[in-house]
Amino acid sequence: MGGAACERVRWYFTDMPYEIHEKKGSQPKDKAPAPAEDPKRLAEFEARIARDETIEPKDWMPERYRRQLVRMMSQHAHSEVVGMLPEGNWITRAPTLRRKMGLLAKVQDEAGHGLYIYCGTETLGVDRHDLIVQLLNGTAKYSSIFNYPTLSWADIGTIGWLVDGAAIVNQTMLAKASYGPYARAMVRICKEENFHKRQGYEIVATLARGTPAQKAMAQDSVNRWWWPSLMMFGPHDKDSPNSGDLSKWGIKRKSNDELRQRFVNLTVAQAKAIDLTLPDPELRFNETTKDWDFGAIDWDEFWRVVGGDGPCNRERLAARRKAHDDGAWVRAAAEAHAAKHAAHRGAPSGAAA
Amino acid sequence: MATTGDTAHPLWEVFTQPPGGGPHEHAGSVHAPDAELALQNARDVYTRRGEAVSLWVVPSGAIVASTPEDMGPFFDPGNDKAYRHPQFYKVSQGVRVF
Ligand SMILES: [Fe+2]
Ligand SMILES: [Fe+2]
Repeated sequence: MGGAACERVRWYFTDMPYEIHEKKGSQPKDKAPAPAEDPKRLAEFEARIARDETIEPKDWMPERYRRQLVRMMSQHAHSEVVGMLPEGNWITRAPTLRRKMGLLAKVQDEAGHGLYIYCGTETLGVDRHDLIVQLLNGTAKYSSIFNYPTLSWADIGTIGWLVDGAAIVNQTMLAKASYGPYARAMVRICKEENFHKRQGYEIVATLARGTPAQKAMAQDSVNRWWWPSLMMFGPHDKDSPNSGDLSKWGIKRKSNDELRQRFVNLTVAQAKAIDLTLPDPELRFNETTKDWDFGAIDWDEFWRVVGGDGPCNRERLAARRKAHDDGAWVRAAAEAHAAKHAAHRGAPSGAAA
Repeated sequence: MATTGDTAHPLWEVFTQPPGGGPHEHAGSVHAPDAELALQNARDVYTRRGEAVSLWVVPSGAIVASTPEDMGPFFDPGNDKAYRHPQFYKVSQGVRVF
């Protein structure tokens, strides 16, 4: 792993494992080490994990478990929100009304996914507002895949097929996470992701059997998105020491490499079925392992994008800030409306803050 | 950077009743300045595909919940009353009760 550039970065976030990658031997930059836990309570907690019990918000949990969840879940939520931007770009340019309706619905789902997970994160005692401020001021991380540009209509198909496809592999695992609110949000999300993947695959398949120019557009798109999609699963297991806690405490039940392999195995046949190739000359079926072996991933590129130097990092944040600011009047209007109606009834608006 | 709103909006717990007569179930939460908007937000977030025929929103602060520490003593009285379960009662072999 690595290069000098990534030595600077102490906490890493990569993609769909929506996970914090901590460089070996380093401390989180802005947090004191988690306090030592009462060994008896810790043992009880770990026994519950071993019995596959679900941990709920009011249950005792180690501070490090709580912190890992807050970070992982909030980064996951941010990724859903930022994930709307590359696709939102193409809503006005969708080639047919059918495609436009599908894309609008998908992007709306991603907003919903963000809200499901923010809501889950709030059960750990954080305020969504603080998380949103962290996203907008650039201190929070989100999935690097969304820092790549959508250059052609085919990219919308490829994102649904490969990016949502990779997300499904990961989120299916997270639906069995030990923390109840996270697992339940994942179950809800997984139901919707199948629509995302199928609409994407349909777009790519349609282009692939279209004119030579359309097919070339689809192939070019797959060529650009394939490797970033594999990077979504995060570094190799041997370079991902933080995964230890996450798997020990049942948050992640499969490793980055296992999930990546599963994704490759599923995708090879899907590409073949629509007569597109995956841009990896080393891709071949391994008779012994029954897996598809694949070539080396360019981790330098990966760390560059994680570190903020991807093609669209700045543009994404600027777009997100603008959307938030442009929405200020809606929030203000909602408050004014609520206050007016409360005054009418001569009573406060009901909810305890 | 303006971050108006958001945090001032109270939290509401959302319950959805699926079609087919099941009970209302907890779905998640939303932020909204009042009940009317909480209902609209809950509809947009939790019922995009006909998941519900009825929605409840409840101010989160209004929910009274048992605590994990209660677990043992609070629920215990149920566990030692085996006579509340059908298996407690003997039936001659070969007789179908149901
Ligand atoms: Fe999503
Ligand atoms: Fe999706």
